[in-house]
Amino acid sequence: MITISKVSKWYGKIQVLKNCSAEVAKGEVVVVCGPSGSGKSTLIKCVNALEPFQEGTITVEGISVGDPKTNLPKLRARIGMVFQHFELFPHLSVIRNLTLSQIKVLGRDPKAAAEKATKLLERVGLGAHAQKYPGQLSGGQQQRVAIARALAMDPIAMLFDEPTSALDPEMINEVLDVMVTLAKEGMTMIVVTHEMEFARKVANRVVFMDKGEIVEDAPTADFFGKPRSERAQQFLSKILQH
Amino acid sequence: MFSNIDWNVIIRSLPYLFFDGMRFTIMLTLMATAGGIVIGTLLALARLSNIPGLSQIAGTYVNLIRSMPLVLVIFWFYFLVPYIGQWITGASRPIQVGAFLSALVTFTLFEAAYFCEIMRAGIQSIPRGQVQAAQALGMPYWTSMLEIILPQAFRNMLPILLTQTIILFQDTSLVYVISVTDFLGAASKIAQRDGRLVEMYLFAAVVYFVISLAASYSVRRLQNRIAIIR
Ligand SMILES: Nc1ncnc2c1ncn2[C@@H]1O[C@H](COP(=O)(O)OP(=O)(O)O)[C@@H](O)[C@H]1O
Ligand SMILES: [Mg+2]
Repeated sequence: MITISKVSKWYGKIQVLKNCSAEVAKGEVVVVCGPSGSGKSTLIKCVNALEPFQEGTITVEGISVGDPKTNLPKLRARIGMVFQHFELFPHLSVIRNLTLSQIKVLGRDPKAAAEKATKLLERVGLGAHAQKYPGQLSGGQQQRVAIARALAMDPIAMLFDEPTSALDPEMINEVLDVMVTLAKEGMTMIVVTHEMEFARKVANRVVFMDKGEIVEDAPTADFFGKPRSERAQQFLSKILQH
Repeated sequence: MFSNIDWNVIIRSLPYLFFDGMRFTIMLTLMATAGGIVIGTLLALARLSNIPGLSQIAGTYVNLIRSMPLVLVIFWFYFLVPYIGQWITGASRPIQVGAFLSALVTFTLFEAAYFCEIMRAGIQSIPRGQVQAAQALGMPYWTSMLEIILPQAFRNMLPILLTQTIILFQDTSLVYVISVTDFLGAASKIAQRDGRLVEMYLFAAVVYFVISLAASYSVRRLQNRIAIIR
């Protein structure tokens, strides 16, 4: 469903993505991990064209992301994205955060949009908070709202960029639980995370990045069993110590 | 000169001062603020856009206006607006524009340059993640601007925008150079007519002071409230 093929990207003279290729099939969950600054965020932001890239191609259900003729807003509307720092709209109520783009982008009837939003809020356990503002919620609650907001657009795939790394430890699980459920329902997901328990539980494959390169792309069991690359082994031993 | 002060002259001229003079001053201030914010915001978007040339054109306009004394711009527009009107409508002779309209156009376009810089700072103060979140939800440029970025930028900048409006409120008195009667102009007329310069100018000073002070005080209170919401 998502094909990343030989993608390279530069910021000025600095190359941040080097010839990256990966494939995500429908219903697959792929976890992306790697040291900070290795290009994980940049890579998944290339998938919905939040970041432009100079070489290679990315296609989503056959539509080329880098093609100047592609209608990017339309493409992005079909791919959900969850950010490290939630990025809820602080001037809008929780329910409005969920209905705005349904109405303005998909052209849904406001009543239908509100019904959908309410259902999704209940699903992430926040039905009672619809009228609040994001600033009144805890980090974990905000991130669950952000997931619901993305789901409100009926995405064909979801991108997560370190969804739990800005959270206090006691709030991580409430967010991961929502993501696990989503994965088990068959959502196609690319998840940048260092939560290796999550990866073990639901990921089909683990992609390991370092210095802008995809160093390893292996089925989850293989990755945790015996990573082939030295760098992945080092990374794993560091991260699993915690 | 303080020997025979006649405060009654103020009482007698109150209706004229306020219903003619102050009404004009406030109308001009509010309308120029509204127009200036709208045009200033468009200029700010132009300055921040990556469409070739657009940013430079807007930047030149803003810098040009901001490097000129307001009085000069008022004069200029007073003589120029009729010709611009002629050019736009294709009329055979310069369009006669009333002094109010001329003043309104001048102040709007002049203030737009200042509001532009305020709104530009406001837009730039919104984290990049907000723009990306709006984009990721499929919002096109104008939707994300109107629904996400500008409301937040405007709210963050509201105290500064209002402070600029208070300055504008005082600056509107410069319309005397094109013989328009604002509040100060009205006070001035009575002062000359009745030979009551001290009373009238003192009174005018007090009125400007009280209104500006009350407005600044409200702005400060608003600022505190915004700080709490954020
Ligand atoms: N806007 C930018 N300008 C220049 N360099 C950037 C920019 N954004 C990210 N980078 C660089 O690109 C590299 C990859 O960043 P990123 O994708 O955020 O890494 P990760 O998400 O894996 O921590 C880093 O070296 C970072 O410094
Ligand atoms: Mg990152």
